[in-house]
Amino acid sequence: MTTVLAARNLHKSFAAGGMFSAGGAGKKAVVDASFELAAGETLAIVGESGSGKSTTARMAMRLLPIDSGEMLWNDEDVSTLSAHALRSRRHHIQMVFQDPFASLNPRMKIWESVAEGLRVHHKGLTRAQRRQRVAETLALCGLDDSGMDRYPHQFSGGQRQRIGIARALIVEPKVLVLDEPVSALDVSVQAQILNLLNQLQRERGLSYLFISHDLSVVRHIADRVAVMFAGRIVETGTAEAVFHRCRHPYTQALLDARPISHPDERIHNRLPMGADEGVAESGCPFQPRCPFAQADCASFDCRLNAQGFACLHPCS
Amino acid sequence: MLELSDLSLSVSIQGTAVEAVSGVSLKLEAGTVLGLVGESGCGKSLTAQAMLRLGEHQGVTKTRGDILLDGQSLFALDDEALRRIRGGRLAMVFQEPMTALNPVFSVGSQLIEVIRLHLDMDKQQARARAVGLLQDVGMQDAEQLLSQYPDALSGGMRQRVLIAMAMAADPDYIIADEPTTALDVSVQKRIIALLLNLQKKRNLGLLLVTHDFGLVAEMCDEVAVMYAGQIVEAGPVKDIFDHPAHPYTRALMGCRPEVSDPGRLMPVIGGQVPPPGRWPAGCHFAPRCALADDACKANVAADAWADGVHIARCLHVREVAQ
Repeated sequence: MTTVLAARNLHKSFAAGGMFSAGGAGKKAVVDASFELAAGETLAIVGESGSGKSTTARMAMRLLPIDSGEMLWNDEDVSTLSAHALRSRRHHIQMVFQDPFASLNPRMKIWESVAEGLRVHHKGLTRAQRRQRVAETLALCGLDDSGMDRYPHQFSGGQRQRIGIARALIVEPKVLVLDEPVSALDVSVQAQILNLLNQLQRERGLSYLFISHDLSVVRHIADRVAVMFAGRIVETGTAEAVFHRCRHPYTQALLDARPISHPDERIHNRLPMGADEGVAESGCPFQPRCPFAQADCASFDCRLNAQGFACLHPCS
Repeated sequence: MLELSDLSLSVSIQGTAVEAVSGVSLKLEAGTVLGLVGESGCGKSLTAQAMLRLGEHQGVTKTRGDILLDGQSLFALDDEALRRIRGGRLAMVFQEPMTALNPVFSVGSQLIEVIRLHLDMDKQQARARAVGLLQDVGMQDAEQLLSQYPDALSGGMRQRVLIAMAMAADPDYIIADEPTTALDVSVQKRIIALLLNLQKKRNLGLLLVTHDFGLVAEMCDEVAVMYAGQIVEAGPVKDIFDHPAHPYTRALMGCRPEVSDPGRLMPVIGGQVPPPGRWPAGCHFAPRCALADDACKANVAADAWADGVHIARCLHVREVAQ
């Protein structure tokens, strides 16, 4: 398998406190995150708000500076490349955002927004050629060309997400980083977009780094899953293993919190274990919420073991 | 009982009144949880807000029907009586806990204000009640929390504070509009447990507005499914899950990722919900429905199937059942 994207020991901290703080140590957003993405594969990064999953996605895209660690696009470390050097490589990896409305310029016609990538990566094209490419890419995403000269506000949420995907695909990337791409959509539209993503992956061999908090969606689309908590990847494995035989208590807590699918399941319904909130400063960050925590967790280094989880007292 | 009787509402779109809720009848009884389910733009939030007669200053107008609290029309009340009922007997919990709390006042001052608005208490009594309410919604250090400001709280804590505010005057009915949508999953589960716990303890009637059938499965006794301004199906929660009778309900339940087959295409509903003003004649769902024929496009089925408790507004309901 060709590895199209790899992260090695990524770290990222943000300045503490904001503008009234006295400075001091930064807040660790991502700690020692490593993952690999193979051609044609979907790796989902799941976690709750503040887990570091979006920061990881932004580092993968090199939209955020990386404090330390390597980010490999097609085996080339891009972690320290300049903006200029990155530009010629960005056709490899493109991003789709949660709210495509926010990422489309409201004053640009749809075709102009979608064609933007061509200005950088296919400079020689004429206007007619660019319009042609846009029409083809929109068609791939299930939109006909009648909307090309309209503006973003004239489209529904699902159509705008299709436009967002077309805009990413126009430079023919190998990798899409999708940050909560269906979270803002109604279930019926969400299903359409998930089907589109599956179909595009099959037809074009795309790889997806799929960022989501929604385990049901992840179960549907992911081949492999990495679970993040407090900036660390705490468990990783095939979707099948993570959903059916998870080992980290945090993964179990997330699975327990999934919505049930029938009222009969209420009797099995239980509260996610452990406390509501709270993160430990040293050792395993999940300690305050973990029902299995013991004294040695306070000095645990939180590295993933060979089986793909970072826990001294795992679920069986 | 809080009852919507054949309620129609119009909204103002570019100065023109357009029907957005059409002939909705719902009964919310004490001690029950009723789910109002539908996709965005189907009119469910508008309906929920109308139950407190909210939204009227934003151009929402009642064009037909009535809202009755224990048989008394809310439209027969003067402003003062309405103010007493809002927050007093009927309370609302909104989706966005940050926008519903005022960022420049402490949690305590907002909570105490609501308590004193509805209950005849001095400051000290109200303060003691505020502490009690915050403890009821599972907040530790309730005393200390009173002096904190909303932006110091997490999303889950803010939603707890809002629930405490809704409970301030011991209401009989709570209208909760997507109360967990903006929260992380593990926090969602706790807020659900809290709401259910309060609902049982106080015998509340709870109207839950949501797009999420998972939440309905967890919380509701009764369900009403809304599509393009109309209730298309209603009944006890188990009936709806076991024998959904309207093609829209079936389709919507089918595209949940919880019940999908990984690696397979997901069932979808083609097209989108028509906005107010663009509703088709006849059945509103007909243009997206696999079973629709000429009769559907001409006629609105008036509760074509009703076995006493479970109703569905569809001419083809028997085919759906098979």
